[in-house]
Amino acid sequence: MREVHWEEISTAVSELCKNINYYINQDVLEAFKKGMGVEESPLGKKVFCQLIENAEAAAEEGIPLCQDTGLAVVFISLGQEVVIKGKSLTDAVNIGVAKGYGEGYLRKSVVKDPLNRVNTGDNTPAIIHTEIVPGDKIKITVSAKGGGSENMSALSMLPPSAGSEGIIDFVVDTVKKAGPNPCPPLLIGVGVGGNFELAPLLAKRALLRPLSEKNKDEFWSKMEEAILQKINNLGIGPQGFGGRITALKVSIETFPCHIASLPVAVNIDCHCHRHSTVEI
Amino acid sequence: MAAPVDEKQLLDLKAGDEVIINGTIYTARDAAHKRICEVINKGEKMPFDPEGQIIYYVGPTPPPPGRVIGSAGPTTSYRMDKHTPFLLAKGIKAVVGKGKRSEEVKKSFMEHRAVYLVTVGGAGALISKYIRKAEIVAFEDLGPEAVYRLEVEGFPAFVCYDLHGNDLYEEGQKKYRKDESSVT
Repeated sequence: MREVHWEEISTAVSELCKNINYYINQDVLEAFKKGMGVEESPLGKKVFCQLIENAEAAAEEGIPLCQDTGLAVVFISLGQEVVIKGKSLTDAVNIGVAKGYGEGYLRKSVVKDPLNRVNTGDNTPAIIHTEIVPGDKIKITVSAKGGGSENMSALSMLPPSAGSEGIIDFVVDTVKKAGPNPCPPLLIGVGVGGNFELAPLLAKRALLRPLSEKNKDEFWSKMEEAILQKINNLGIGPQGFGGRITALKVSIETFPCHIASLPVAVNIDCHCHRHSTVEI
Repeated sequence: MAAPVDEKQLLDLKAGDEVIINGTIYTARDAAHKRICEVINKGEKMPFDPEGQIIYYVGPTPPPPGRVIGSAGPTTSYRMDKHTPFLLAKGIKAVVGKGKRSEEVKKSFMEHRAVYLVTVGGAGALISKYIRKAEIVAFEDLGPEAVYRLEVEGFPAFVCYDLHGNDLYEEGQKKYRKDESSVT
């Protein structure tokens, strides 16, 4: 068994929290530059220009890309040959989140009770998804998920007879209803299959794929392209000001499901699209 | 555009116009809206004189040492819909946020001769460069949701709903929407 001290985990989480909030992912920045060339709307072009300037300003001045520095959503692949020493995995992650959000001057956006709404003061607890995998490594992905785009996400338990058309219509309709609210240009994660709780998790995991990575199955990668085209035909455009580019990418992840079900979840992400991974 | 606002300045604005705000504006988002309305309903004074003021929907990040404010972009506006007509009736002349408003709120902007401005969501680092001074004026216990008085210079925004009933979102989307039958 390999021993890993809890502080290694909390330090990694803390650094990831800061870095994803200050530095935009390169693939997203490239998509902005490409988008500025493709976008026909003058206001849309202006938005892309501001997003590029914003990425530069955040990196130069050491402040977050967006004031909504998000809820920390942490994905952990824990090798089954690893023993964590000193504290629980959950505590290690939450201590890391509190440290990162504190040291990094990030906004604390978590309230303890959904109704009495008193801020927890350190952006914990994080939402943690852990899977046990073969090996002796720990892979940690931190994503910072803003409220504006999360609020526009949706789940539908379709009947299997709805088929491809039902899936496409639901995704496009969700983006249409969201309009300018989730800060387009968007990244769209889609989970198809599984059940009531797994489909949204598939959608969230789909958002972690690099922009250049398609679904490995040709049928589903074609559906990703078809949905992206339909979304961009909506005309919502950057920030909803009208334009050709409403979304930069659609990523679908699938899982087997019950004979009676066709769950579809759409997780919308804003253009900041903050996530990064380290391996310990 | 000078802030606070003289209504005459608003007459010529058209949805889609870019405006640059200079002067004093106040921040308020979800929790501050609730508190402000509670204070007024109790017959107490608002934390600031609302006449002609601009409210910016923002909950900034804490300022790192040497800076007046952290990242400070707009938050989604519809969550403030419940309280907006009430505040417009009190004299607020413009709000800055992002995203669609309800039909009722849209009408309320016209009724009260006020405009809805939007700025680029997710561009908080860039927008913070135009904020010269930030000072908490009420509800410090709300943390990022406290009411701040901001001195802004060159603050960029776009007119979303103007005084004449135009809507940037509707017009923009109509212009660029592609007919589904033309999709290959």
